[in-house]
Amino acid sequence: MWSSEPEVAMWRDARLVALKDLQIEWRSRTTFSQVVPFAGLVLVLFGFALDANRPVLERATSGLFWVTVLFVSNLAVQRSTSIETTDGARRALLLAGIEPASVYVGKAVAVAVQLLLVEMLLVGGVIVLYGAEIQDWPLLIATCVVATAGIAGAGTLLGALVAGVRARETVLPVLLLPVLAPVLIGATRAFDDALGSVAVDGWAWLGLLAGFGAINVVLGALAYGVLLEET
Amino acid sequence: MTETPTVAQGETRTVGTASRTTWWLGLVVLVGTVALVLLAFFVAPEDDEQRDAVRMIFIHVPAAFLTYVAFVTTAIGSIMWLWKRSVWWDITAYAAAEIGVIFCALTLFTGSIWGRPTWNTYWDWGDVRLVTTLILFLLMVGYLSVRSMGDDEATSTRAAVVGLIAMINLPIVNRSVEWWFDRTLHQKSSLTDGNLEDMTLFTMVFGLVVFGLFFGWAMIHRFRVGWLERELRVGDLDDALAARRAEAIDHQESST
Repeated sequence: MWSSEPEVAMWRDARLVALKDLQIEWRSRTTFSQVVPFAGLVLVLFGFALDANRPVLERATSGLFWVTVLFVSNLAVQRSTSIETTDGARRALLLAGIEPASVYVGKAVAVAVQLLLVEMLLVGGVIVLYGAEIQDWPLLIATCVVATAGIAGAGTLLGALVAGVRARETVLPVLLLPVLAPVLIGATRAFDDALGSVAVDGWAWLGLLAGFGAINVVLGALAYGVLLEET
Repeated sequence: MTETPTVAQGETRTVGTASRTTWWLGLVVLVGTVALVLLAFFVAPEDDEQRDAVRMIFIHVPAAFLTYVAFVTTAIGSIMWLWKRSVWWDITAYAAAEIGVIFCALTLFTGSIWGRPTWNTYWDWGDVRLVTTLILFLLMVGYLSVRSMGDDEATSTRAAVVGLIAMINLPIVNRSVEWWFDRTLHQKSSLTDGNLEDMTLFTMVFGLVVFGLFFGWAMIHRFRVGWLERELRVGDLDDALAARRAEAIDHQESST
């Protein structure tokens, strides 16, 4: 028997928290009505900034894609944090007796699902707007999944860290974006390989992204309880 | 020296951050700095390739070394706060972060100035240590941003987690930048490759000692400022509680 009773309860609670957050998002439609248009707008603005120069855009597609994802992840984490800070929802979660690690995993999964949806649309955007041609779909999908796990893991922890702070909208990007620098570098390189724009070993970069994701998710699961209870 | 007036048992006295030890330490740092300037500009020879630009390493190398010492101290202090709730370590972590950010800025600044004549550019994205140090600088600026949000225990906990995140992610940042360009412009350790002139090596080691003493001096003063700030805060709370208690006793006595 590999799984014990508390472990089953932990995953069940994490699933409940994730479904709760996704249901709130589905009802409010914030992701679709605000975050997706914002992501599309950033892609268009990059096109203007680079003078709609097709060769330059094709060369820079990977970087522009992941910079857009980082901007979007900042919004998604802000949104995920604000769900818990309004009406004392954080206290209610604690009083419900749910393990902080479950809350962390659940919220990170909800953020990751939203980011993956936005990334799917962004892939369509770069194909249409920047003329990107996907050479390696499995690598592209794997990069999105692994990088998004890392972003959601680090983002959810830092979101909890600034929750309840007045200036959290400005502090969060100051903390989040430098931490996500390895994701930007690794995911951009892996995408370069998937798009065939630069001759690099994209699968090797996935290892680095997986390492980043694993370390930050473990750190998040350990530290989230302290932040939830003490801040 | 910072002086803070405190009130203890109705008596006003002045509490400073200096002691006899820090006074002597400060004097040694001052004399050492003058000696370092003289050694760097008048005694150490110029380099065959880098010419006078080599003199920048007498500031750059000690500043870079102490940046990492400071941030490792912050990481240890963060762990000790989360683990033992040690106020001493919490204040030490904050003090080290502030001083470390100054040293880190100095490292980046002197590195850029040195890079201009040596690499023909102020900044090169291909250099792993340079880019990693910049990201470390940004992470620690984030740490100080969190610290500036308040002075309570919750802020200490938030900052401690940021300190941990920064230190744990640093090796990944370094590795990602290293893979990114798969090369580095930065020269290998000059201390170990045996290429430095005797006097240049001596001046650099002397610079490390002087900067190390300055770091210790600044840490003691900054720690004491942090400790006094905390005492003042806790004292204010105690005074407020005592005042409320006195009001309650007065109210009880007047009603009986």
